[in-house]
Amino acid sequence: MSLLIRNARVIDPASGLDGQRTVLIDGGRITALAEASAAFSADETIDAQGLWVFPGAVDLAACLREPGLDHKATLASETFAAASSGITTLCYQPEPGANFDNAAQVKLIYDLNRRAHYANVEVLGNLTQGLKGQQLSNMASLKRAGCVGMSNGRQPFHSLQTLRRAMEYAATHDLTVFIYPVEHALAAGGFMHEGEVSARLGLPAIPSAAETVAVAQTLALASHTGAKVHFCRLSAKLSVRLIRQGKDSGLDITADVAAHQLFLTDMDVSDFNPLCHVMPPLRSARDLDALREGLADGTIDAICSDHQPHEVDAKLAPFQQTEPGISALETLLPLTLRLVEDGVLSLPEALRKITAGPATIIDSEAGQINVGAPADLVLFDPSALWELDLNTMHSNGRNSPFGGWNFNGAVKRTLLAGKTVFSS
Amino acid sequence: MLHAHLSPGPLPSRMQLTKDGKLKHFLTIEGLPPLLLEEILDRAEQFVTLPNKQQKKAPLLRGKTVMNLFFENSTRTRVTFEIAAQRLGADVTNLDIRTSSASKGETLLDTVRNLEAMNADMFVVRHEHAGAAHFIARYCAPHISVLNAGDGRHSHPTQAMLDMFTIRQKKGSFQPLKVAIVGDVLHSRVARSQIHALTTLATGEVRVVAPKTLVPAGIEKMGVNVFHHMEEGIEDVDVVIMLRLQRERMQTALLPSEREFFKLYGLTEERLQLAKPDAIVMHPGPINRGVEIDSRVADGMQSVILEQVTNGIAVRMAVMSMIMGSQGGAA
Repeated sequence: MSLLIRNARVIDPASGLDGQRTVLIDGGRITALAEASAAFSADETIDAQGLWVFPGAVDLAACLREPGLDHKATLASETFAAASSGITTLCYQPEPGANFDNAAQVKLIYDLNRRAHYANVEVLGNLTQGLKGQQLSNMASLKRAGCVGMSNGRQPFHSLQTLRRAMEYAATHDLTVFIYPVEHALAAGGFMHEGEVSARLGLPAIPSAAETVAVAQTLALASHTGAKVHFCRLSAKLSVRLIRQGKDSGLDITADVAAHQLFLTDMDVSDFNPLCHVMPPLRSARDLDALREGLADGTIDAICSDHQPHEVDAKLAPFQQTEPGISALETLLPLTLRLVEDGVLSLPEALRKITAGPATIIDSEAGQINVGAPADLVLFDPSALWELDLNTMHSNGRNSPFGGWNFNGAVKRTLLAGKTVFSS
Repeated sequence: MLHAHLSPGPLPSRMQLTKDGKLKHFLTIEGLPPLLLEEILDRAEQFVTLPNKQQKKAPLLRGKTVMNLFFENSTRTRVTFEIAAQRLGADVTNLDIRTSSASKGETLLDTVRNLEAMNADMFVVRHEHAGAAHFIARYCAPHISVLNAGDGRHSHPTQAMLDMFTIRQKKGSFQPLKVAIVGDVLHSRVARSQIHALTTLATGEVRVVAPKTLVPAGIEKMGVNVFHHMEEGIEDVDVVIMLRLQRERMQTALLPSEREFFKLYGLTEERLQLAKPDAIVMHPGPINRGVEIDSRVADGMQSVILEQVTNGIAVRMAVMSMIMGSQGGAA
């Protein structure tokens, strides 16, 4: 079945394209990309007058919970939430209770997702067995099963020697290692950023050094082992500087930031709001500014959702007893576009951080619009205005601190391999 | 609307007051107007002047049920709340939650719902986690008031108010005073509440004196001057408040030893001479003799430590009666 999209403003950060184009889709891929006047015919034609078309977003970090934690969310619920918000590729984030030691577990995810198929799900395999930080996982088999990288999630390594060996072994198999920089000895027992707000609230705190120490160590090991390292969820100002230096010195490294870190700070925890309980914690306004700068100058390659859907009870307790994390798929694109309004990034730059940027990190052909590429596309109405209502979120988790925020522009339709998986 | 209650409620400082500015909950000193703090002190004055012999009851809370919810152990605080409520004519129930529902896995919210069903009017809450009293106040039935008797390291507002009461009794006004708070500020909810109370009442200077390991980063933003050396920190002050140092601090590498701490920060008669000659010495108790304070100082002429305990009852009566006044049930 073929599909023709006419009269759209097509924006593709990867190629630099930004203009009126006609897009022809056949067999799930883009088969032609032509001037607006080009004469094509197809089974279905969409008149996209006034709409933008850009690549479906690639989200490097989503906890999808199934199998194992499906009281929080399921693959079907979360991939539909993704599709409804313009995300067409998700990286399944390994966590205790839902992670990937062997090929069968990876295959199970692909099989489960094939049924619903609202979005592509990619898998990060365990860097160490059971994420326990001791024994290396069967990385070569995991790669053959389709894993796009290796990660230990936020779980600690038994020793730096384990981390070093894991990086060397991953490098042997040309696998990118996804590292959450956290020195657990410095973070242990903490619940929010260490600073004036934690001083006032008396909440046990996590200093920025818990992250920056780990960034520095990992950079030294990246230099030593030559491994390709992706730094996940940066939160601290000094981390951005260290990554910048690492890139300048030629290391094969990339980095991402969670969208909420670009809009919220520790001040948002002031009323013990459990919806702002996240890891790494929301830091100071200075850190937020540095993260935005890091995005603008290319130090940070991607923005991800760090999606962590929870059941209601997980957030109904005194702050320290709540589970960290934000249900964030539905705010990834809106918050990223708000960076354009805030003058941090141009529109194509902003879109690059959630399309071509992350796609390159997982070596995916998604995240771009050109002939031959998969037709994972978003039709977007820039003139729509809407307010995030927690009660009508598509994710099973309604744990978002952005309830009541107003956003400009909304997803009209999402295509996955040319098939409409969402339309409003 | 299953999830409606997940949306953020009002800020705690605003949640404490009714629309017409009366005290509805007492969770933290932060954000309360100075006049309200003075009203608490004035009202406590009335209760403390009741002669000590035949303690007269002021039945402002007759027919009300006060529940002491202590998720963390504290004999002294619980007893003073109990006496205060009884003197006001309330029915008091003590719940030692550690040994009941919570240890059977019941959530805090379920515990609260069950106690609501028993017709409580006021919860006095002590909990090991910061923000627990706010949490209960946010989610409990609207007719119930919550009085924070200490939450984690966050806040202990009645303790701070009884300290303010004691200071005012001895010193009159706060504006000309220099007050030093010495010791383990990091872990102290008392210190945080004292700082808010002192700055709200426009105290001349509030100092915090401790090694860097026991001072939380960013505390200057609360309006205090930080000193790391005892001699400088208590020089010329009118009030010295010593904080309790818990033994487990040595195990977590915050301090080398009790001996070294006492040597550097312990309040001795010699050191006390650096303060004003009429300086008073306070301590929220229970005191560790020879760790943060020398016995001769604790029992000396300048110590007001036991008066603090006595004043605790009057201040708690004052707060409870003001809260019940805002409920419209009391005269």
